[in-house]
Amino acid sequence: MKNLMRSIRITWVFCVFFSVCYILVLWIFAQLAAPGEGGNAETVKLNGKVVGVANVGQVFTKDVFFWSRPSCAGSGYDGTSSAGSNKGVTNEEYLAEVEARIDTFLVHHPYLKREDVPAEMVTASASGLDPDITPECAYIQVKRVAEARGMSESDVKAIVDKMVEKPLFGLFGPAKINVLKLNVALEEANPTID
Amino acid sequence: MNTELLGVIAQIVLMMVLSYPLGKYIAKVYKGKKVWSDFMKPLENLIFRLSGINPEEEMNWKQFLRALLVVNAFWFVWGMILLVMQGYLPLNPDGNIGQTVHQAFNTCISFMVNCNEQHYSGETGLTYFTQLFVIMLFQFITAATGMAAMAGIMKALGEKTTQTIGNFWKYLVLSCTRILLPLSLVVGFILITQGIPMGFDGKMEITTLEGNPQSISQGPAAAIVPIKQLGTNGGGYYGVNSSHPLENPTYLSNMTECCSILMIPMAMVFAFGFYVNRKRLGYSIYGVMQAAFLIGVCINVSQEMGGNPRIDAMGIAQDGGAMEGKEVRLGAGATGLWSVVTTVTSNGSVNGMHDSTMPLSGMIEMLNMQINTWFGGVGVGWMNYFTFIIITVFISGLMVGRTPEFMCHKVEAREMKIASIVALLHPFVILVGTALATYLYVHVSAFVESEGGWLNNSGFHGLGEMLYEFTSCAANNGSGFEGLGDNTWFWNVSCGIVLILSRFIPIIGQVAIAGLLAQKKYIPESAGTLQTDTVTFGVMTFAVIFIVAALSFFPAQALSTLAEHFSL
Repeated sequence: MKNLMRSIRITWVFCVFFSVCYILVLWIFAQLAAPGEGGNAETVKLNGKVVGVANVGQVFTKDVFFWSRPSCAGSGYDGTSSAGSNKGVTNEEYLAEVEARIDTFLVHHPYLKREDVPAEMVTASASGLDPDITPECAYIQVKRVAEARGMSESDVKAIVDKMVEKPLFGLFGPAKINVLKLNVALEEANPTID
Repeated sequence: MNTELLGVIAQIVLMMVLSYPLGKYIAKVYKGKKVWSDFMKPLENLIFRLSGINPEEEMNWKQFLRALLVVNAFWFVWGMILLVMQGYLPLNPDGNIGQTVHQAFNTCISFMVNCNEQHYSGETGLTYFTQLFVIMLFQFITAATGMAAMAGIMKALGEKTTQTIGNFWKYLVLSCTRILLPLSLVVGFILITQGIPMGFDGKMEITTLEGNPQSISQGPAAAIVPIKQLGTNGGGYYGVNSSHPLENPTYLSNMTECCSILMIPMAMVFAFGFYVNRKRLGYSIYGVMQAAFLIGVCINVSQEMGGNPRIDAMGIAQDGGAMEGKEVRLGAGATGLWSVVTTVTSNGSVNGMHDSTMPLSGMIEMLNMQINTWFGGVGVGWMNYFTFIIITVFISGLMVGRTPEFMCHKVEAREMKIASIVALLHPFVILVGTALATYLYVHVSAFVESEGGWLNNSGFHGLGEMLYEFTSCAANNGSGFEGLGDNTWFWNVSCGIVLILSRFIPIIGQVAIAGLLAQKKYIPESAGTLQTDTVTFGVMTFAVIFIVAALSFFPAQALSTLAEHFSL
């Protein structure tokens, strides 16, 4: 009985200590030091208008944009229901789906050879919200984007080069490109939407 | 050199470098020696006063366990009520509803036992209130429970002959205020600068560049992620855990989170050596664990970076490794490393989908949890190893014809019986649970259909999904082959039962062994004593663990992961 009373009391104390005080300290810190506003996710703007969250990917289907990876979050890049495919590596259904994605990708990029299609562009990410693609994934899309926009390939490639994010300290982890930021940079150079 | 591999190496080195001084510090904290954090004392005294606890009161092992069990039972009731009622409670800007009773049963137990297996998805299954007053609260206090139990065992083993093993409440509070809280704050600060949200505004509604609406779940994630990693809890704020770009936005946040998982479990091994003043014993235990850990890392990193041969057969470029269920900013290497880190400990957070990892990686992930002694959960991982030390002492004693002794106390029939029960319980619940599920799946398919069919993959991999689920529960790990449709009556209830059994029976057994040993006569070491801090003894312990814990699972592994590997 004595233990039960102590349990109840200490749980209340811990609630105040952790669920209130600890939270408050971090919340205040977030107001001061977080990249986003008011502790919210960091946003990306185009011409002063918010067009997305920097770390959350989006669906891109138009030829004038670089495309993101396939997604299993809701109907695609649903920020309220993150999910991976959870398909096993030998699952026949899954492998057929990848085949179909390769074919579709080649239809939209007829200048590519099959062995140039990067696996990242035909496999689904873990969260379904992957904001990034590898630099190779971007470079193979350059020709399509340039043609759709009526820009020269070298101009588009220059923008991609600028948007490549190097590994951490140049040493650790993969290089990557944020698709949304890349497309925004492209829009700034060559507006297609008003 | 490949930057992905460099990143993997950097993370391993960082964990090791940080855990050593941390271990020294932890030993001092539990011993009550002077440390830099003594300025917290007035606050701790206030906590003790408000809770009606006298921290100087010494407990014997039975009183110690009683306090531990009562407080956990109370937490269960607390969690149940809040989870079912959450729809009516404040801090619910997204309007989420309460959990069903069987789901709340599973969630509540899973967080109470420091497992954090999640049969719900964080975005819709919880409110900000329950995230903070159930999930995050439990992540602190249940981690502290495991650490307190280990502190009691260290006290028992460190003294010559004693009836008491310290004060449970005092260890519980110290684990929170001196270890978990300061580290969580530091990690939290780092993560906030990397872009993990820490607000209460609810979903963000935006229009995408292509003009479609997109809503994005946010919330106080930066408070939960640090303790989820440090306390080997693993329950993610979002459904997909640390693979979510708002829960793990950059490679730096990934390194921070990954190191946070192993830091305290590693430190606890060193802390033991310092506490009982037998550093060599601490090092030899560490050596065995580290060797086993590194074997796993090599296999998983090479498997994941090597890619899926079935995709290679399609003739496309798979330079980045097996990227299904992985994130580009983290890469296959870091995901392979994490899959080992999270399963050797009882953490269970993921930064990529284990269901889509290569079959041999899946085998290592399961094997780590089936063995459940390499580093393990904070406190309890070392305690599982302690069980096997007792068994090894006994077996080696028989082999060389010496009285089995550990730390100058005789190991006798009673301790051996407890240790054997604890060691055998683990394979028992996993294999019986999987057998039951498999039987139902094959013979009572109407029931399985009524629960949504359970499996996302057929064949060998489907068996793997069920085996993984019970393994993860029994190891109090919480990761999953998430393709399994597990938010159903059968999985919620059966997993809940496995979770409770495999958390509290080992803790009770291990504290009892230590308490019983401590009461015995102190026998000074002599030339006839079996040395437990040698390489030979380390290898012997490894062999015993491998034979008892790992080989029990060989048939099950052969039918699931190994069979899948050979069918690639």
